[in-house]
Amino acid sequence: MLNFFQLILIYAGIYALMAIGQNCITGYTGMLSLCHAGFFCIGSYATAIICKTFGLSFWLSLPVAAVATGLVGLIIGIPTLRLKGDYLCIATLGLGEIIRNVATNFNPVGYNSIPRASLFGYQFASRNKLAFIFLIWAFVLIFYILFQQLAHSRLGRAMIAVREDEVAAQSNGINVTKYKISSFVLGAAMGGIAGCLQTAYTLTVQPGSFTFMVSVMVLCTVVLGGMGNGKAVILGAFIIQFISYLPQLTGLTNVIPAQAKQIIYGLLLVVMMLWRPQGILGRDKYRYGDPRTRMEKLSDFFRRDKKGSRAKGGAV
Amino acid sequence: MSTLTLYMQYIVNGLTLGAIYSLIALGYTMVYGILKFINFAHGDILMVGAFIGLLVYTALTGDASPSAWTLTAFFISMLVSMVACAILGMLIERVAYKPLRNANRLAPLLSAIGVSFILSNGAAWIFGTQSRRFPYPFENEPMHIGSISITPHQIVVIAVSVIMMVLLTFFVNKTRMGKAMRATSLDQPTSQLMGINVNRVISLTFAIGSALAAVGGILAAFDFRVYPSMGTMTGLKAFVAAVIGGIGNIQGAMIGGVLLGILEAVGAPLLHIPNGMKDTVAFAVLIIVLLVKPDGILGKNEREKI
Amino acid sequence: MRILETEHLTREFGGVIAVNDVDFHVEKGLVTGLIGPNGAGKTTLFNQITGMDRPTSGKVIFDGKDITGLPAWKISRLGIARTFQNIRLYKELTVVENVMMGLHFKVGKDPFHHRFAQAVKSYVFASRENREVYHKAMEWLSFFELEEHAQDFAGSLPYGKQRELEIARALAAEPKLLFLDEPAAGMNPSETAHLMHVVDKIRNLGVTVVLIEHDMKLVMNICDNITVLNFGIKIAEGTPNEIKKDKGVIEAYLGREEEE
Repeated sequence: MLNFFQLILIYAGIYALMAIGQNCITGYTGMLSLCHAGFFCIGSYATAIICKTFGLSFWLSLPVAAVATGLVGLIIGIPTLRLKGDYLCIATLGLGEIIRNVATNFNPVGYNSIPRASLFGYQFASRNKLAFIFLIWAFVLIFYILFQQLAHSRLGRAMIAVREDEVAAQSNGINVTKYKISSFVLGAAMGGIAGCLQTAYTLTVQPGSFTFMVSVMVLCTVVLGGMGNGKAVILGAFIIQFISYLPQLTGLTNVIPAQAKQIIYGLLLVVMMLWRPQGILGRDKYRYGDPRTRMEKLSDFFRRDKKGSRAKGGAV
Repeated sequence: MSTLTLYMQYIVNGLTLGAIYSLIALGYTMVYGILKFINFAHGDILMVGAFIGLLVYTALTGDASPSAWTLTAFFISMLVSMVACAILGMLIERVAYKPLRNANRLAPLLSAIGVSFILSNGAAWIFGTQSRRFPYPFENEPMHIGSISITPHQIVVIAVSVIMMVLLTFFVNKTRMGKAMRATSLDQPTSQLMGINVNRVISLTFAIGSALAAVGGILAAFDFRVYPSMGTMTGLKAFVAAVIGGIGNIQGAMIGGVLLGILEAVGAPLLHIPNGMKDTVAFAVLIIVLLVKPDGILGKNEREKI
Repeated sequence: MRILETEHLTREFGGVIAVNDVDFHVEKGLVTGLIGPNGAGKTTLFNQITGMDRPTSGKVIFDGKDITGLPAWKISRLGIARTFQNIRLYKELTVVENVMMGLHFKVGKDPFHHRFAQAVKSYVFASRENREVYHKAMEWLSFFELEEHAQDFAGSLPYGKQRELEIARALAAEPKLLFLDEPAAGMNPSETAHLMHVVDKIRNLGVTVVLIEHDMKLVMNICDNITVLNFGIKIAEGTPNEIKKDKGVIEAYLGREEEE
C-alpha cells in the first residue's frame, strides 16, 4: 500500500513536469499539441544513449535530453505551428506517432540495465523510492518556480496575448510566430526532462510505452487542474496518477479492467469540458494588472486570512 | 505478370481501399462543413460499427458457410449497424458537443478526444483487445479479367460504396432536408432565420456521417479485421482524404478518398516502403498535406475576416 | 508633410479587385477620414497598410520607408497602431491588462543591453517590470477616463467603452499614426460625442489619425481631409467641404444615403 503511494508520488512528479510543459503550450499560448509522448520518448532515448551507450553521467544526460527535445520541438514547430486549432492537433498527433515509430525502428528492443544516477556518491537505486521522490520533486519545484516566473514575465504576457487573439497580438507588435515557437520549444524540453528522470528511475526504456495515451494523460492533467494555472497542473498530476493506481490501491486489480483508467480519463475530458472548462482551480488568480510588490502581496495574503475576507481596494 | 498489369492490379486494390476511405471521409467533411470542427471520435464510430456488424452477423449465421442466407444476413447486419451508429453519433453530438457550441474553440476538440478515448477503450474492455476476422458472407474466389484478378469482396466494397454515395448525393441535392443541410453549412445564422431547425440538421448530419462510417467499418473489416483500435489509423487516413478533397466539400471527400486509396496502394510498392515505416510515411503525408494544401483540391480558401 | 503614402496599391481576391490602384496619402498631424459605401475596400486598404494582409501590387511608404509586405508586428513597432471593425479585445483579460499588452514593445527597452540580455533582465525582474507597465497602463486609462474599470474584464464593458479601450490599447504603443476602423459603429449619440472629444485629444497629442466611418456628421466634423473609395477605386479626396460638393461622391455614396 505504502509502496503504491510512493509510486504515485514519483509518477505524479514525472507527469507534473510534463504537464508544466504542456501547460506552457496549451494553457498559456493556446495551442492544442498532442505530442508530449514523443518528447517524453526523445528524452528517455537521449538519456539511455548517454548513460548506457556512452557511459556518461546522468547529470550530463539531463541537459542533453532537454536540449535535444527542445531542438526537435523547434524543427517540428517551425512548419506546424502555422496551423490552426484542429489541424495543429492532428498534425502533432501524427508527429508524436512518427517520433515513436522512428525510435522503435532505431532501437526496437529498447534499453535495459541503464547505469544508475548518483549524487555526491549516493546511488539512486529503483528500490529506494524515497530518494527518487525527493529528486523528482526537487525538479518539479525548480521548474514550477521557473515557469511561474516565465508566465508572469513579458514573455508570458505575450504568450497569453497570442492565446487570446493572434490578430490583436500582432497589432500590438507581438511577434506571434516567435512566441508560439518559444512556448513550444520550452514545453517540449520539459517533456525531455521528464523522460530523462523516468529513465533514471526505471533504468529501462521500452519503445512501446510512448503511446498516444501518454499524450492524452498529460493533456488530461492540464485540463483537470486548469489550463494556464501552474498550481492546478500539479494538483492534476496527483489526481491522474491516483486514478491510474486506483486498482492497486483498492486491491481490486482483478475486478477493475485494465481499460478502466483510460475510460475514466476520456470521461474526465468530456465532463470537465461540459461543466468546468476552466479546470478544478480555474485560471491563474494572478493577474498582470496587480500593482502590489511581492511583500505587499504576502502581507495582504496573511491579512486576508486573519480577517477572513479580502482586503478591499487592492487589485486582486 | 508485366509491370503494367501489376500496377493495374494495384489500382484495383487502391479503388477498393479508396472507396472505404471515401465513406469515412464523408463523415468528417459533413460535420466540418456545418460545425467547423473535426469530430475526433469519428474513427472510433467506424470501429463500433464494425463490431456491431460482426456481432449481428455471427448471431444470425453462426459459422454457416457462404450461401444466399449469409449474404442476406450480411446486409441485415450492415443495416442494423448503420442504425445503431446513427443513434450513437447523434447521442455523442447531443451529450458531448452540443453544449460546447459557443464555448472556447479548444473545448469541443478536447471533448472529442475524450469521447474517442472512451469508445476505443470501452470496446477493448467489452470485446478484448484481440483482433477478429470478419467471415466472408460469399465465396471469395478471385475472378480474372485479363491478367488482373478481382475478388467478389472488392466488387461488394465498391458497389456498396457507390450506392451509398449516390444515395447521399441524391439526398443532399434533391430533398428538403438535404437543402437545409447545405444552407446550414453555408451560413448558419441566416438559415436559422429562414426557419431551418439547425439543431435537427446537425443531428441528422451526425446520424448520416456515423451510418456511413459504420458501412465503411464493416467493409474495412474484411481487409483489416476487427479490433478496438482499428478506427485510429483508418480514421486518420480518411481524415487526410477529406483534407485532400477540401474539407467541408462532399464531392471532395469522395474524390480525396479514392485518390488516397490509389496513392497508398500504388505508392507503397513503388517506393519500396518497408512495413515498419508504413505508418511513419502515412503520418508524414498527413502533415505535408495539412501544411501544403490545407484547402484541398475542391475546398475554398477561407481566410479569417479582420 | 506626408507621413503615409500608398502608390498604386492593389489587392485582388480570386478575381475580385477589392482595392484597385489606390494612391492614398495622409498628412502628418491631421485627421483623415476614409469613407465609401459598404464593400468599397476601406478595411482591405487598412489591412494592406498595417500588414494584416499582403497587397497584390503597389507600395506602402511610411515616414519615407517602404513598408510593403512587412509582417504586422513589425509595422506596429515602426509606429502604426490600429483598431478593428469588430472589436478585438483580449476579452478574458482585465481592462488594464489589455492596455498593458499594448505596451508590449514599449517596455524592457534599454539601449545599453543586447536583445538577449534584455530578455533575461525582463525575465528575472518580471515583477518590477510588471508594476512599471501597470502604472503606465493606468495613465493611459485615466487619459480615456476608464480607470474605474481597470480591474473589470474587457468583455464585460459596455460596447462604447470597449471601443474606447481598444483605442487606448492602440495608443499605449505611442504610435505616430493611428488607424481607427469604424470607431463609432454601434455607439449611441452621447458615446459618439465622447468619441469625438477623444479623437480631438489624440490629435492634440500629435498623433496622426486615419479613420473609417459611416457616421457622416462625425466625419465632416472632425476630419481635416477625406478620401472616398468606391468599388476599390479612389473617387475623390479633399477637405470636408470639397467632398460635400463633389458630384461623383454624391452619386456614389451620399446621394444613395439620402434616398433611404
